[in-house]
Amino acid sequence: MPMAADDISRLIREALPDAQVEIEDLAGDGDHYRATVVSPAFAGLPRVKQHQLVYNALGGRMGGELHALALITRAP
Amino acid sequence: MTDTATLESIRNTVEGHDVVLYMKGTPLFPQCGFSSLVSRVLQHMGVEYHSVNVLEDMDVREGIKVYSDWPTIPQLYVKGEFIGGCDIVKEMFETGELKAFFDEKGIEAA
Repeated sequence: MPMAADDISRLIREALPDAQVEIEDLAGDGDHYRATVVSPAFAGLPRVKQHQLVYNALGGRMGGELHALALITRAP
Repeated sequence: MTDTATLESIRNTVEGHDVVLYMKGTPLFPQCGFSSLVSRVLQHMGVEYHSVNVLEDMDVREGIKVYSDWPTIPQLYVKGEFIGGCDIVKEMFETGELKAFFDEKGIEAA
């Protein structure tokens, strides 16, 4: 089952309350998204760690339900 | 479940080559767009790399996710260090960071 953009956004914000989250539906099919996440929590972390914070927020759905989530992260 | 023998074998592979790409399919016949993109970036840069087709071994396919604590494939390793997946490699390539990184690690890249 694909996930709704709102659900992705909500999960990320629950884990990273300071984050600005923008979700784009890349293919218009509710299954291929790009998330841009800007959070002070990323400051000073390498990209791998930044992405891991987001993947953890998604609670194991990444790679399963969410096959196609392109991710861009940065500190404000 | 990922057993220690699988993780040990992954460690040997990752540490036994300067550049290792875990991917779906092979560089000549990638079976996923994300894997294809990363292998094309490496080829474009003229970087020699060892590739592992995770579709050939279910233990490795699951084990590599545990090894790196990273949920998706492809995964790029340089000198034993996990660099990231498709998004990170693509971004580093576009900003020129990837070339600088390979230079710093003493790996030939154009």
